[in-house]
Amino acid sequence: MATEATAPEIHGHRSLQHHFENMEQQREAGTLGMWVFLVTEIMFFGGMFLAYTLYRSLYPAAFASASNHLDITLGAVNTGVLILSSFTMAMAVYFTQIGKRRPQVLCLLLTLLLGLTFLGIKAVEYHDKYEDRLIPGRLIPGHSFNPQVQQEGQPVDPHKLHLLPGATVEKVEMFYWIYFAMTGMHALHMIIGAGLLTFLLIFSLKGRFDPEYHSPVEVIGLYWHFVDIVWIFLFPLLYLLGRHLEHG
Amino acid sequence: MSEHIVSVRVYITIFLVLLGGTALTVVAAFFDFPWQLNTIVALTIATIKATFVVLYFMHVRYSSRLVWVIVAAALFWMGILFALTFSDYLTRDWISIQPY
Amino acid sequence: MRAIESFEVPAPPRVNYINAQYGLKSWLLTKDHKRIALLYLGSITFFFFIGGLYAMMIRLELLTPQGDLLQSTTYNKVFTQHGIIMIFFFLIPSIPATLGNFLIPMMIGAKDLAFPRINLLSWYIYLLGGVITIYALLAGGVDTGWTFYTPFSTTFSNSYVVATGLGIFINGFSSILTGLNFIVTIHTMRAPGMTWFRMPLFLWSHYATSLIMILGTPVIAITVLLLAFERLAGVGIFNPALGGDPVLFQHLFWFYSHPAVYIMVLPSMGVISELIANFSRKNIFGYSFVAFSSLAIAVFGFLVWGHHLFVTPQSVYAGMIFSFLSFAVAIPSAIKVFNWTATLYKSSISYDTPMLYALGFIGLFTVGGMTGLFLASLAVDVHLSDTYFVVAHFHYIMVGGALMGYLGGLHYWWPKISGRMYPEGWGRFSALVIFVGFNLTFLPQFVAGYLGMPRRYHAYPPEFQVFNVLSTAGASILGFGMLIPAIYFVWSMRYGKHAEANPWHLPGLEWRTQSPPPTENFEETPIVTWDAYEFAPREETEVVGKFGPELERI
Repeated sequence: MATEATAPEIHGHRSLQHHFENMEQQREAGTLGMWVFLVTEIMFFGGMFLAYTLYRSLYPAAFASASNHLDITLGAVNTGVLILSSFTMAMAVYFTQIGKRRPQVLCLLLTLLLGLTFLGIKAVEYHDKYEDRLIPGRLIPGHSFNPQVQQEGQPVDPHKLHLLPGATVEKVEMFYWIYFAMTGMHALHMIIGAGLLTFLLIFSLKGRFDPEYHSPVEVIGLYWHFVDIVWIFLFPLLYLLGRHLEHG
Repeated sequence: MSEHIVSVRVYITIFLVLLGGTALTVVAAFFDFPWQLNTIVALTIATIKATFVVLYFMHVRYSSRLVWVIVAAALFWMGILFALTFSDYLTRDWISIQPY
Repeated sequence: MRAIESFEVPAPPRVNYINAQYGLKSWLLTKDHKRIALLYLGSITFFFFIGGLYAMMIRLELLTPQGDLLQSTTYNKVFTQHGIIMIFFFLIPSIPATLGNFLIPMMIGAKDLAFPRINLLSWYIYLLGGVITIYALLAGGVDTGWTFYTPFSTTFSNSYVVATGLGIFINGFSSILTGLNFIVTIHTMRAPGMTWFRMPLFLWSHYATSLIMILGTPVIAITVLLLAFERLAGVGIFNPALGGDPVLFQHLFWFYSHPAVYIMVLPSMGVISELIANFSRKNIFGYSFVAFSSLAIAVFGFLVWGHHLFVTPQSVYAGMIFSFLSFAVAIPSAIKVFNWTATLYKSSISYDTPMLYALGFIGLFTVGGMTGLFLASLAVDVHLSDTYFVVAHFHYIMVGGALMGYLGGLHYWWPKISGRMYPEGWGRFSALVIFVGFNLTFLPQFVAGYLGMPRRYHAYPPEFQVFNVLSTAGASILGFGMLIPAIYFVWSMRYGKHAEANPWHLPGLEWRTQSPPPTENFEETPIVTWDAYEFAPREETEVVGKFGPELERI
C-alpha cells in the first residue's frame, strides 16, 4: 500500500484505470464528473421548485392550510437526522483520507443508518397522510383525496384539515401533489444514496480504499450532501410556510 | 495528493451551526412578520445552511476555481428558469385584454 | 513550426480497434469509445429510417387535399411519431454519439473518454428508451404532437402518452451521460500542450453542446415525469379544471426543447468548421470568435424559449423580452457564417463530398436562420405560428443544417473510422441529389405556410395542393438521395479502397494515427505544439511511412 503521495505520479496503483495517466487525473475526473451530475440534479429539482413557487404565489391560503397539517416535529427531527448524517459522511471521508479504516467504516454505517431512519420517519408521515385521505388524485386507486375539514365550533381534531380564509380543498390537493412529488423524489434519491452507501460499506470492509485512492467515498459523499441540501430547502418551504398564520 | 484535509473541528462547528439554523428557522416560523418577511427569513436561513454544507462538507472552499464556476453556473441556470418564467406570470395582469 | 512536415507515420499495426477482438460479446461489452460510436451509428441509422417512413406517410397523405390516405387520428399519430423519433432518437444523439464519441479522445490525444463504462451505459439506456418508445408506437401510438401540450396529453388523449413519455425520459439520461463524459474529458484529459485554444473547433462545439445537455435535459425529464403522473393519477398541476396552468407545462417543456435545437445544430457547426478549414486548406478565420460563439449559442439558447409561447396566454411583456433575446441569439450563429465565408475567401477549395455538404450547410442554415427571425417577431409570428412556415424553418435547420453536417462529417472521417474510402463520384452525386431534393421539399412549404396552410392537418384547402405536390416530389428525391450513401458506405466496408492514415493530408491529431486506429488510439501520448489548423502547401506535405507509396485519392 502506498504511503505518501508527493509530486511524482504513482504508477500502477491497482485502482488506476488504463485510460488515465495517473491517479491525480483519475481523481480529478471523478470529482468533476460528480459535480457535473449534481448540476443535472439541481436543474431536475428546479423544475419542481418552480411549480411550487408558482402555485404557492397563486394560492397562498390553501398552501398555508395544507402545510400546517404536516407534522412539524417529525419534519424537524428528520432535518436534524439528515444534517447529522451529512456530518458522519464528512467524517467518513476524513477518516479515509487519513487512512483509519475502523472509524471510516463506522461513520459510513452511521450515515447509512441515519438515512434509513429518515426514510422510516418519512414512511410514518406518508402513512398519516394516507389515513387522513390526503393522498392526491388517483395515486392510490380506490382511496382518492377526501380529507375531512374542520368545521366551526367543533372540537379540534388533529386529523381534520383546518382551512384558513380563502383556502379551498381543491387547491389543498394541489399542495399535497407537490408535497408528495418533491418529498417522494427526494426520498427516491435517498434510497439510491442508501444503496450507494451499502456498496461503499462493502468495499470499505474489504479494504479497497486508502489515502491514495478513495475517490468513490468522496464522490458519493458529494451526492449525499446534495440530497441533504435539497431537504434543507424542502423543510421550510413545505413545513413552515403557514405556521405564523396559526392562531392558537 | 493535492487534496486538502479539513479538520474535525471545522466539521463539528459546521454541524452545530446547521442544527442551530434548523432550530432558529422553526422558531422564526411561528412569529408573524410583516409583508413577506417570513418567507425571506426562512429562505435566508436555508441558503446560509446550504452554503455551509457546500463550502465545508462538500469541500468547495478548498476546491479549484472550476468547481466554484460549476456551482455558480448551476444556481445561475436555475435562476434563469425562475426569472424568465416569472417575467410571464408577474406581468400577466399589466395589460387588460378585452374579450371580443 | 510547420505542423505536418516530415511527420513519421509508424508502420500500421496488424491490429486495429475493429479486429482487436472478435465476437458479439466483445462489441456489446466494449469500453472502447470507437466501438461504442459504431454501436450508436447502427442504432441511430435504424431510427432514422423509421422516422423517414413516417415522413413518407405524411408526404403521401398530403399529395391530395382530402384526408383520404389516413384518418385524422392516425395522421396525428404519424406526425407526432415522426417528430419524436427524429428529434429524440436521431438528431439529438446523432453527431455527438457517433462522431463525437469516436473523435473527441483522438482529437485531444487521449486513449478514451473519461468514463468508458458510462459511455457504454449511455448506449444501453438509449436502446432501452428506444425499445419502450417503439413498443408504444406499435401498441397504438401517440397523437399529441411531439410537444405533448396539456391538457390534451394529460386528460383527453386516448393514446400511449405515458409509455412514450417513459421512453423519452429514459433516453434523456443517455444524453446527460454523454454530455457529462464529454465535459469531464475535455477538461481533464487533454494531451500535454493541447491548450483550449489549440483545440479543433469540433471540440468547442461539442463542449458547448454538452453544457446544454447537462443544463437542459433534466428539466424535460421532470416535465415528462410530472406529465405522466398527472395523466395516471388525475392531479392538476397542468390542468386548468383543477387549478393548474397548461402554460406552465409549455414553459417547462420549451425550457429544454429550445436549447435542444442547439444540441442538434451545434455539433453540426463544429463539423462544418472542420470541413471548411480543412477542405480550403486555410486556417479558420476568427478562430476565437467561432469558439466563443459556440459558448454564446449555448448560453443564449436558454434565454429564448418563450418565443414558442407567443400565441398563448403568456404575458405580452414577457413576449417582448423573449422576442428581443431571440433576435440576439441569431448573432453568434451569424458570426460563424461570416467567419466560414471569410475562411473560404482566397483559399484553395477542393470540392470533395464533405466540402459539398459544408457549402450546402452554409446556404441552407442561413435560410433557416433568417426565417427564424420572421418567427421571432411578435406580430409576424401571430400570422405564421402553427403554419407550414414554421415546419419549413425548422427543417431547413435540422435537415439542411444538422443533417448536412452529419453526412459531411461521416464522409470526411469515414476513412479514419472504417479504414476505407467511399466512392467519391457517388458521394458527390448523392450530395447534389440530396441538396436538390431537400430544397424542392421545403422551399414550397415556406410559401404555403405564409399563405396560411396550417401544420398538423391531414386535409387542406385545394389552393395549397400545388405546393404539397412539389414538396412530396422533393421528398421522394431526397429519400432516394439518402439511400445512396447508405448503400455505398456498407459497400465500401468490404470493397472500398484502403485508406492510409492521412488520406486528406491534414494536420489534425486524429490523422496522425492509423486508419482504422488501434484500440489505444496512439502508440504514445502525443505532445502538441501546434495550432489546430496549420497547413503546409499541398505539394510539401509528405507522409513518411514504411508501408509503401501513398494511395491516390479517387
